[in-house]
Order: sequence, then structure tokens, then C-alpha cells
Amino acid sequence: MSEVTDEEPLLRVHGLSKFYGNRVGCQDVSFELWPGEVLAVVGESGSGKTTLLNGLSARLMPTSGSVSYRMRDGAWREVYRMSEAERRLLMRTDWGFVHQNPADGLRMTVSAGANVGERLMAVGERHYGNIRATATDWLGRVEIAADRLDDAPRAFSGGMRQRLQIARNLVTAPRFMFMDEPTGGLDVSVQARLLDLLRGLVREMGLAAIVVTHDLAVARLLSDRMVVMKDGRMVETGLTDRVLDDPHAPYTQLLVSSILQV
Amino acid sequence: MPTPLVLSEVAKTFTMHLRGGLALPVVDAVSFAVAAGECAVLGGPSGAGKSSILKMVYGNYAADSGQIIVEHHGRLVDIAAAAPRTVLAVRRDTVGYVSQFLRAVPRVSALDIVAEPLVARGVAAHAAQERARALLDRLNLPERLWTLPPATFSGGEQQRVNIARGFITDHPVLLLDEPTASLDRANRAVVMALIAEKKAAGTALLGIFHDADVREAVADSVIDVTRFAPGRRAA
Repeated sequence: MSEVTDEEPLLRVHGLSKFYGNRVGCQDVSFELWPGEVLAVVGESGSGKTTLLNGLSARLMPTSGSVSYRMRDGAWREVYRMSEAERRLLMRTDWGFVHQNPADGLRMTVSAGANVGERLMAVGERHYGNIRATATDWLGRVEIAADRLDDAPRAFSGGMRQRLQIARNLVTAPRFMFMDEPTGGLDVSVQARLLDLLRGLVREMGLAAIVVTHDLAVARLLSDRMVVMKDGRMVETGLTDRVLDDPHAPYTQLLVSSILQV
Repeated sequence: MPTPLVLSEVAKTFTMHLRGGLALPVVDAVSFAVAAGECAVLGGPSGAGKSSILKMVYGNYAADSGQIIVEHHGRLVDIAAAAPRTVLAVRRDTVGYVSQFLRAVPRVSALDIVAEPLVARGVAAHAAQERARALLDRLNLPERLWTLPPATFSGGEQQRVNIARGFITDHPVLLLDEPTASLDRANRAVVMALIAEKKAAGTALLGIFHDADVREAVADSVIDVTRFAPGRRAA
């Protein structure tokens, strides 16, 4: 009886640990992520979610362990053994990173169109008309009106900024996206719209994604699989609805039972 | 052709860590099979573990031991031991589930919720919506509701959206958790007709029906869940 696995994973994480002095950031995290799969990392503040996300996304050198990524040409590369230039190219093209605070992922003083166009230029697009057309198309896909193309994101609402940040990331058609609390700090109605948009885009583009969130409802809506973190360790992992409806670890049971019902 | 669904020696205990590790055994030594074209009904009082069995077959609850074997694309897969992505593939193509309550997604219309399982299998959006319309129409859901998200629908309306979503595909195994609980007589009759059509098409159905009329009309066999009560084997 074999698993139905005709393809290879996109990301392999093995024994990833990060210590801050003698404090644990995250410890001994291992998992694989497959093309088109959305993995939610949940846990309360201080559980190591953000350390893990930064460690995975080449932003924070781990103390030990490895992160391997299957490049577009099919070759496996260890992220922390690449040169700085290779890593930056990867982050600008095949990867995306959506920050909780859009100001961390956008350039707030240049126009919305330039924010989207900049990533296109990074992959070699030079034709102004093409860049503008693609940027307009992407703003439409994230439900930003075309007449806002020349406005700077500082004139946008929080929800619009977040959608712009998503457009900026997706314009290069990445295969893999990191999202850090993508709906944190938004009103519930704005959050619902953003989640709906993300769900659609992820499916349409066949994106693999790692979503860090403390909101279990967001995890249920967006993810296929879930990792529960506590004190820097993975305490439970599995199919998202299985983890939420039949939690096994004591900490997961506590988290699930703490959800407020509306 | 192999039997589409076989459970053997399946056991499940809930451990409540917030209550000092209290163990709540639910079922033990669950063994039965459902043949193609058969509708098997799980019988027994509330709390006997009927829903838990259904949820284990769907991979929503983890089985502690035993095997849950389904035939998925010509190979046998053990749901009780399968990796998450295998379970997702089995749900997409092989095992369908009509849950008791609809989990509404914000901003997604009833029509899209119903069409989604077909779209996920690669059917073109307009063709999937066409099928969804036909099913919602048959289940007498007023057309003015189709484009609305079902969060504000009545219980019976939500249930019909759920039923349409479950019946729209031709999954070889279909799990039904009280699909007629909040329906009126006319719509119960529609669901019974839909079940009869699935049986004729060779689908293996496993369901829970509290309504005796419906149960008698659709059941080919009744599996008495009390015989899987934990501790019976030792006694």
C-alpha cells in the first residue's frame, strides 16, 4: 500500500533549530512541503512561529539543521549554502513573502504600479508599457481599481495595502510564498475579503505556501496541513481539519478549546 | 472489483488532556465492509460512535488502530495510516462526505460552494456551475439564494447546499451524516431519490439516518454500532 506520491516535494526542512544564546527560538523542526500545498503554522505569541518562518525563508541563519528547496530546473539546493546573490534572486522571483505589516513589504513612497513593477524589473522586464499593463492587470486581480495605479500605498487603507503587497509578490509567478499573519490587524469584513482572495489565487496559481497565524479560523480556511508550535517545538502536525476537530496534543486541545464561538 | 470500503479492527479513544488525561473510549474492533451499490446505515443510540466512525473514514478523526481501506484510483489506500496529502487526494476523487452542518466560507456563493468539488477535479467552471444549478433546483432551493453566501440561510437551506455539494461528484464512496435531519417531506423525498440514483450508479454509501422512514427506504443493511462498544470484547 503506497502513498499517492508521483511528484517530489518543493521544500525539505530537516532538524532546524535556532537558539538565541541559551534561549530556544525553535528546535528540531522537520517537515516537507509539496507543490500546491498550504501549510499553516499556529501557536501563541512566543511559540517560535516567526523564528521558524524567518529561518525557513533565508532571513535568519539557523543554529543547526537544513532547508532545501527544489529549484525550477529540478535541482535541490540548500538555502543556506547558496551565495547571497543566488538567495536574493530566489527571494525576488520564485519566492514571495507577505508581511503582517504591509509597510514592511512595500515601498510606501512610490506608486502602487511601481511597487508591482519593481519585482518585474528585478526579473529582467524592461519594457515600460508591458510593466504598466501587467501591474494594472495585477491590481485588478487583487481588486484595486485601475485609477489607483499612480497613487502611493500610504494613501491606501490597510486592506488595500495588504492586497497590493500580495500583488507585488505574485507578479513574478512564484511557486512558493511565506505569509506572516496576512490578515492580522484587519477588520473582520476586510479579513474575509482578503482570505477569499488568497484562497482563490493560491488555488488558481497552484502556489505552495507557509502561513503563520495565531488565528485557527484563518488556518482552517487557508491551509491543507497544520503544524502546532509550542516553546519552539512542533507539538502536533497533520491534516488541518483533523488537528482542529480531533486534536491530540495537550497544547492543541487547549488552543482549540480556547476559540471564542460567535 | 474490490470492495470500495472495508474497515477492520478500527478503534478510537479520545484522551482529554484538559481533564487530567481522562480516556473516553468510543469504539473498538469496528469491522465491516460496504459493497458497490450498497447503502449501509450505522444504527444505534446517540453517543454510540456513529459519527466518529464516519469521520474516521473521511480522515477527519484519526483512528488509533485498525485499517480503513478504500480503493483509490485502482490502488488500496489505508486512510488510518495515510499521509495528509493522500487523504486529500482520496477526498477529492474517492470519498465524498455530506456533513451534518455546513461550514460556510465568507463571501463564497452557494452556487460556488456546490460547484467547488467539481472544479477541484478539473471540470470547467461553467460546466460545474451548470451541474450545481441543476442540483440546487432539484432540491428546491430558491434561485434568488444561489448567488448569496449561505451563512445567513436557514438550517434546511444550508443542509440542501451541503447535500448538493456532496452529491455533485461521482465519488465511489459517499458518507452521509444525517442528510435529511432538517428537511421537509418533499425535500426528504428528493434526497431519497438522489440516494437511489447513487446506488444504481454503483456508489458505496455509508450513512447515519435518525429518521426511520428514510432509513427504511434507503438502507440495504444496518450496522449496529453498539456491537463495537469498547469493553464488549473483554466481557
